[in-house]
Amino acid sequence: MDIVISGLSKRYGEKTVLKNFNAIIPEKKMTFIMGPSGCGKTTLINILMGLVEKDGGTITGVPLLKSAVFQEDRLCESFNAVSNVRLVCENKVKNKEIISHLERIGLEDNIFKPVIELSGGMRRRVAIVRAVLAKSDIIFMDEPFKGLDDKTKEKTMQYVVDNTRDKTVVIVTHDIDEANILGGKIINMEHLKTIS
Amino acid sequence: MMNSTTSNRNRIEKLASAAFALLVWQAGAMLIGESLLIVTPIAVVKRLFSLFTEADFFTSIGYSFLRIVAGFLAGLIVGTLMAAVAGKFHLAEIMFQPFIATIKSVPVASFIILCLIWLSMGTLSSFISFLMVLPIIYSNILQGIKSTDRKLLEMAEVFRVGLLRRIVFIYLPQLKPYLMSACSVAMGLAWKSGIAAEVIGVSNGSIGEKLYEAKIYYTTADLFAWTFIIVVLSIGFEKLFLFFIKKFYAGLERL
Repeated sequence: MDIVISGLSKRYGEKTVLKNFNAIIPEKKMTFIMGPSGCGKTTLINILMGLVEKDGGTITGVPLLKSAVFQEDRLCESFNAVSNVRLVCENKVKNKEIISHLERIGLEDNIFKPVIELSGGMRRRVAIVRAVLAKSDIIFMDEPFKGLDDKTKEKTMQYVVDNTRDKTVVIVTHDIDEANILGGKIINMEHLKTIS
Repeated sequence: MMNSTTSNRNRIEKLASAAFALLVWQAGAMLIGESLLIVTPIAVVKRLFSLFTEADFFTSIGYSFLRIVAGFLAGLIVGTLMAAVAGKFHLAEIMFQPFIATIKSVPVASFIILCLIWLSMGTLSSFISFLMVLPIIYSNILQGIKSTDRKLLEMAEVFRVGLLRRIVFIYLPQLKPYLMSACSVAMGLAWKSGIAAEVIGVSNGSIGEKLYEAKIYYTTADLFAWTFIIVVLSIGFEKLFLFFIKKFYAGLERL
């Protein structure tokens, strides 16, 4: 089922972040939410994830099983990459499978280090594997490839494409190239830039 | 290399300061020249060695140790559970507040005298230790729970992480500094209040009873020797307990 957003609005005090926003997010496809800083992209996916209450409008069709790559990595700092991924996985997902995914994304030498010791790019990739391996029907990704060098970004994007084929994926990004390479629907929020 | 040099230097400085304090004590005691008022450290060491050979030495230590540690552990468990409930339900925090404030502000001697009427001698020191430990553990753990990273909790919410995993991966690591500091403070207080309860209640076969006898018979060397033993037990148990907490966390992080 597609996600249908109608007349969505959200204010923070005097600041209107979303006003009468309408969009359709197709099921089992990639959708890119684009637009300049402050236009409400993160607020929109936070509403879709159920982390922020909307002020008005309707949203239908959001699957119950969600996973996410947040704007910040939101990892458990003292635990290693495998533990961080296993935290959100079902018991049937074995360590071997988690390790294989982490290796595929170029983390083979850092799998058992506490994530606090990893670089920003490595931590980002742990967060991506966590979102991919969690049981979900929809994955929200807020600027998932930020902080990655070109080569790693390419590898990581391919990993996301290969492992999310049967899921709805919503990606917030500033980079049109990401949308062009990965392919999918683009929702441009530029004209909605924050109204104060 | 640098760290080991600094650590060696610290050790030497500590030893030097301890030696200096002992020298001041010895000189002061010799100057006063009245063993009833203050005994020399040498006399205390001699008395300590003679205490080791007395029949009831280890039973007295065992008696007090078991009761005070039991009181501490009960305070740790109950305080943690209360903090968990208060962290989840604001109403519970409000309801607990008068009890915690009362325990914190009422002098320990008042509790001891009151409990002398309610409790047997055997349970008095345990209960008093428990009572003194409870508010420290409760307040620290509650503060830790309230300071837990909201963003990690949101992450757990989105991924539908179960309660047990949330406790292990999110709450326990974030509570570590609060737990360590609470245990360190509470343990010292458990020993001080527990021994005070034994002295006031004159619990048979306890360290407190030995202190009470030292007061009655003016045996100052006994008073100093038993005090030294209490300090060693208190610090030793604190170090051992904190070592196990660190081990527990090291094991947790290897999960």
